[in-house]
Amino acid sequence: MGVEEQLPSGMLLTTVEGLAGYMRKASLWPATFGLACCAFEMMTMGAPRYDSARFGMEVFRASPRQADLMIVAGRVSQKMAPVLRQVYDQMPNPKWVLAMGVCASSGGMFNNYAIVQGVDHVVPVDMYLPGCPPRPEMLLDAILKLHHNIQTSKLGSNKRALQAECEQAALTAAPTIEMKGLLR
Amino acid sequence: MSEHQPENLPATSPAGDAATPGAEVVDQRQGMFGVRGTGDTSGFGGLRRQVALPGGSARPYGTWYDSAVDHLVSLVGDDAIEKVLVDRDELTLHIHRGRLVGVCRHLRDDEALRFEFFVGVSGVHFPNETGRELHVVYHLLSITHNRRVRLEVSAPDADPHVPSVVSVYPSADWHERETWDFFGIVFDGHPALTRILMPDDWPGHPQRKDYPLGGIDVEYKGAVIPPPDTRRSYN
Repeated sequence: MGVEEQLPSGMLLTTVEGLAGYMRKASLWPATFGLACCAFEMMTMGAPRYDSARFGMEVFRASPRQADLMIVAGRVSQKMAPVLRQVYDQMPNPKWVLAMGVCASSGGMFNNYAIVQGVDHVVPVDMYLPGCPPRPEMLLDAILKLHHNIQTSKLGSNKRALQAECEQAALTAAPTIEMKGLLR
Repeated sequence: MSEHQPENLPATSPAGDAATPGAEVVDQRQGMFGVRGTGDTSGFGGLRRQVALPGGSARPYGTWYDSAVDHLVSLVGDDAIEKVLVDRDELTLHIHRGRLVGVCRHLRDDEALRFEFFVGVSGVHFPNETGRELHVVYHLLSITHNRRVRLEVSAPDADPHVPSVVSVYPSADWHERETWDFFGIVFDGHPALTRILMPDDWPGHPQRKDYPLGGIDVEYKGAVIPPPDTRRSYN
């Protein structure tokens, strides 16, 4: 009783981008990269109560070579940063990074010599998730939003055009300090 | 809270007060939050506090301490132990730095002492205690007798060398590396004294009191919040 019965001649037209995104978003393999307390929420997200198996990503790969999503769960120390970068480099493309919690996103409460002030100093981040630590529901929400981004991601020349557009936008964007409004 | 201590005060100790004769005043602190002069409307600027380490204890020390100290002195001699301190019912032996390994060996091997289990090494930095800026604290546990003892060794900042006890307690290996990493105390005789928690090329020793916290400014829309250590100085 699905959409396939309504299809004219059993045919459905889509784009290569749409199909690739559809396949990719349904087949994410997270790498185990728990660094601190956020890791417990990440493990809980994989356990039956929150059940990331619903999205086909309950198996965390211990080898980065078999993973394509790195959930940076916790604060990254200066000593851990090269390790994190190496794990990221070992992951095959296409790959995504989710900065889980405020520490991975911006250093959080650890504004000191030992902690990298945001994992985006080391690797490109696709999704930032606030919270200290975020609840598993928030992590699932971030993952679903990442799924949406993967589904709508571009390929080939479209991707290059989008990258150039994003770069231009970033170059002309006002720095945070020049923005006005509430302190947030 | 017990009935004996009605107010919310830190635990007092006969040996630990600044007024006690023999106590070593290592620091004199004034005010709070680094506020000085007319900017202080909180009243905390008037606070004055002495940071005092308890002096040595007088005999009898109590419980098993007297016999154990006597036995240790008979094994290692008088000059190895600088000070015996019983504070809050815990025994601390201040050991002469050159005699540490011998004392540890006797503490481990002697039948009446038998401190087989090495709990850990800590470093302490007292920047104002001239000539004894760096302290190293060892915790030992006797599983045989169910006893604990604390050893303390001091070294001047200009000569931060302490003999390694890895030859007696192999589990001190990583603890001493950590103490070297954070306090810059060189453990002579350690098999591989390298940094363990900070990156290998890290300059400085972060847990010393004079090491800056090293935070960065946090930017919000139209505002900058400085890092905590430059907002106020928690002296």
